[in-house]
Amino acid sequence: MEETLVDIDFKEKEEYIINMGPQHPSTHGVLRFETCLQGEKVKYIIPHCGYIHRGIEKMSESLTYPQLLHLTDRMDYLSAHINNEAVALCVENAMEVEVSDRVKYIRTILAELSRIASHQLWWSAFGMDLGALTTFFYGLRDREKILDIFEETTGSRLIQSFITPGGLMADIHPNFQRRVKEFITYFRKKLPEYDQLLTGNVIFRERTLGIGYMSKEDAIDYAVTGPSGRGSGFHCDVRKLAPYSAYPFVQFNEITYTEGDTYHRYLVRMKEMWESLNILEQLVDNIPQGEIMLNLKAIKAPKGEYYQRVETARGELGVYIVSDGAPTPARIKYRSPNFSNLFILNKVSANHKIADLVAISGSLDLVIPDIDR
Amino acid sequence: MALLTTLKSIGNYFREIYNGVTSLARGMRVTGKYFIQPSSIVTQQYPENRATLKMFDNFKGELILKHTEDNEHFCDACNNCARKCPNGSIEVISKREEGPDGKTRRVLDKYIYHLDMCTFCGLCVQACDQSALEFSNEFEHAVFDRNNLIKQLNHPDSKVVEKQAETKEPNTPTV
Repeated sequence: MEETLVDIDFKEKEEYIINMGPQHPSTHGVLRFETCLQGEKVKYIIPHCGYIHRGIEKMSESLTYPQLLHLTDRMDYLSAHINNEAVALCVENAMEVEVSDRVKYIRTILAELSRIASHQLWWSAFGMDLGALTTFFYGLRDREKILDIFEETTGSRLIQSFITPGGLMADIHPNFQRRVKEFITYFRKKLPEYDQLLTGNVIFRERTLGIGYMSKEDAIDYAVTGPSGRGSGFHCDVRKLAPYSAYPFVQFNEITYTEGDTYHRYLVRMKEMWESLNILEQLVDNIPQGEIMLNLKAIKAPKGEYYQRVETARGELGVYIVSDGAPTPARIKYRSPNFSNLFILNKVSANHKIADLVAISGSLDLVIPDIDR
Repeated sequence: MALLTTLKSIGNYFREIYNGVTSLARGMRVTGKYFIQPSSIVTQQYPENRATLKMFDNFKGELILKHTEDNEHFCDACNNCARKCPNGSIEVISKREEGPDGKTRRVLDKYIYHLDMCTFCGLCVQACDQSALEFSNEFEHAVFDRNNLIKQLNHPDSKVVEKQAETKEPNTPTV
């Protein structure tokens, strides 16, 4: 067989290309990394997305605002409540209405619960990616408690469609506050176990410390938000920068590290779980009385352009609505955090071993349906 | 001096081994604790515990049309639920029928529910003015043929519940 020019070129450089994905256990979804290797070293990565593109933005143009809400659950399915809240806030801003404090408090509690649940699942899967299967069972055991709280109030476990423009679909269940309080005390006891199992583990530390360095400049250039960006010292917490819902009423710290490696991106998320527990504790006893759903004649945004950003478990989610006054949006655009976070991967993982690529992509906490939408 | 640095590096070498082993032991202590305390295991034996398994009341399993004991439902075939459904999983087929007062009125013929397309957003239940719809706790939906997921929700021979005439009577003298 004749050698093509490409073959000769690769032979001279001793490079070859392997495809990681689209079906690979550690990409957590259908994503393909075209990985160029020299020996075991990663030279460059070209991420290929689109395997789970469903056209959510285009589909939304033919749906009314309450209807398109159920599609946002299916973007970043681990922070479904927060995605719903983003659309709800954007439509409420457009209509110039304000929900009651009760709704704000419940929304924030649900958002923080889903942030903890998301970080728990990430912690479980991250340990599993690095060969520590035990973490998967411990993380999911505690996540089950949160899913039970969701199920009792909203009726669903993962994709709830509960927070809607104008308020909430229903009032909270009478057991809700008791269950959240029980969870706070329960999880405060269980979180140190996470550290004993994985954080201090020598194999885990060897595989993450100093791996995948991302500078603050890179994080800002590539718009890496969320815990991944905060691990590099980029202050990007929307809850602090532009407080929404009940965040102005609570005290909490923005967790940042300046080291910017895989281990410190991990630490940001571990500390964020503690912070979320603090936020929950401040809110859960003080839910005021008020209306659950505003009495709106029709939910439609007046003519104009509206933007709202929120902090999901993975970073900044922006919702941009262009309306021509109809009940359906003329154009809706989601600025999803994972899409921006994905493209730093080429820079961060260059000259690392292929096994470290798994650790680095795990530490960015990618949710693939959010990338493709 | 060279000896000192050598000794230091040897010391570091053993310290790393010690720290590594203790970190592993710390993790093993957590798993070992659960190993000797099987009572703290939370796993459910799902297919075996079907008799006692109880879902939460709010759980959105599948859509049902509420029926009274006399096989009567509350649906007046207004089509609100089908209009609100984001992906067309509800078809309300109505027919004209003569009511007890002699006037022709719209009554429900078939309420078709496509469970295979439903996303359980709950907009139909919210949209229903008659509170005729509800989510049941049934969650074992697996079937061999996709057509079995297309369900008729109104029971055979069921009819709409007759509304009390009290709400209408005060209006009649003025007409």
